[in-house]
Amino acid sequence: MDEILDDIDRWRAAGQRVAVARVVDIEGSGPRDPGAAMAVNQEGEVAGSVSGGCVEGAVVGEALELLGGRRGPGITTFGYSDDEAFAVGLTCGGTIHLFVEELDW
Amino acid sequence: MSEAAGIYEAFRDAIRAEEPVALATIIDGPDAGEKLLVQPGEAALGTLGDPDLDRVVERDALGMLDAGISEVRHYGQHGEARQMDLSVFVECHARRPHMVIFGAVDFTRALASQAKLLGYRVTVCDAREVFATKRRFPMADEVVVDWPNRLLDRIGDELGPRDAVCVLTHDHKFDVPAIVGALPTRVGYLGAMGSRTTHEKRTERLREAGVADEDLERVMAPIGLDIGGRTPEETAVSIVAEIIASHTGRQAPRLKDGEGRIH
Repeated sequence: MDEILDDIDRWRAAGQRVAVARVVDIEGSGPRDPGAAMAVNQEGEVAGSVSGGCVEGAVVGEALELLGGRRGPGITTFGYSDDEAFAVGLTCGGTIHLFVEELDW
Repeated sequence: MSEAAGIYEAFRDAIRAEEPVALATIIDGPDAGEKLLVQPGEAALGTLGDPDLDRVVERDALGMLDAGISEVRHYGQHGEARQMDLSVFVECHARRPHMVIFGAVDFTRALASQAKLLGYRVTVCDAREVFATKRRFPMADEVVVDWPNRLLDRIGDELGPRDAVCVLTHDHKFDVPAIVGALPTRVGYLGAMGSRTTHEKRTERLREAGVADEDLERVMAPIGLDIGGRTPEETAVSIVAEIIASHTGRQAPRLKDGEGRIH
């Protein structure tokens, strides 16, 4: 979270809505530990990361869905063991669980 | 959605000030997103929607802060253990771990730099004011001219499982009070430098000072992993690697567990 605070402050000061995705759990190999976070504003600008670059693009999509009211806050999972067969996964073969929510707290 | 405004601001300010803070968030079900912000010694901010749940999560979050763990915990609706109704993610921002190095020697410089790389707050302590200077150890957060036992009398209560005490003096006059002073603390790692011969002699003196055998087992000596390090910089790597292995519980080869020359 530390490295994305400056961007979040700047976006909020400019009146932008912000979504935050945080790693809450990892199965198998994962590049970032629980607590790693990225933030996305309503323009699609990004701060921080939740993997080694494998799933960030898909997280932006989820964040914009959330800010657009097309999904609620909740867990999003990426990885090869995921039944919903996301097109994206971690190249290291692990599964990553993210909690995605709007920063309205 | 959480009703208590200002949780983000309190969370952000604590992180920036490097104050320990934990943010608990319900991550599934209808209450997903509800939050409780926990800081040691302060009233919690926000709510997870149930006063009993808040109380249990606050207690657990303080324990997780102590250990520096961020993870998902499961509870019943009112905080019951061994129930799976709710998943709560607790994100911990613990204070930086503290490394106290006794002995202002050449190895200290390398170890202090290595510890800073890993995010430690570093204190260097030596009773000899000629050696213990900020000029010689600019990377240290503090340089203390004092006897080891006196420093530990002052700060021993603050040391916890994520902290480390490294005794590099090689001199029984300083080593013994440093180890005797560190043993009653909760410090997670206690290592002492020296050859096997040095450590045998030191062990005799520690026994004379009243240290019990099970406490002697806590002392990692010779300090470090068995990687054949020789220079101060290589030795520093072997020491911090041993500290990492102590935390993760991995069976890296320790010099303490081997025999023969250490390099």
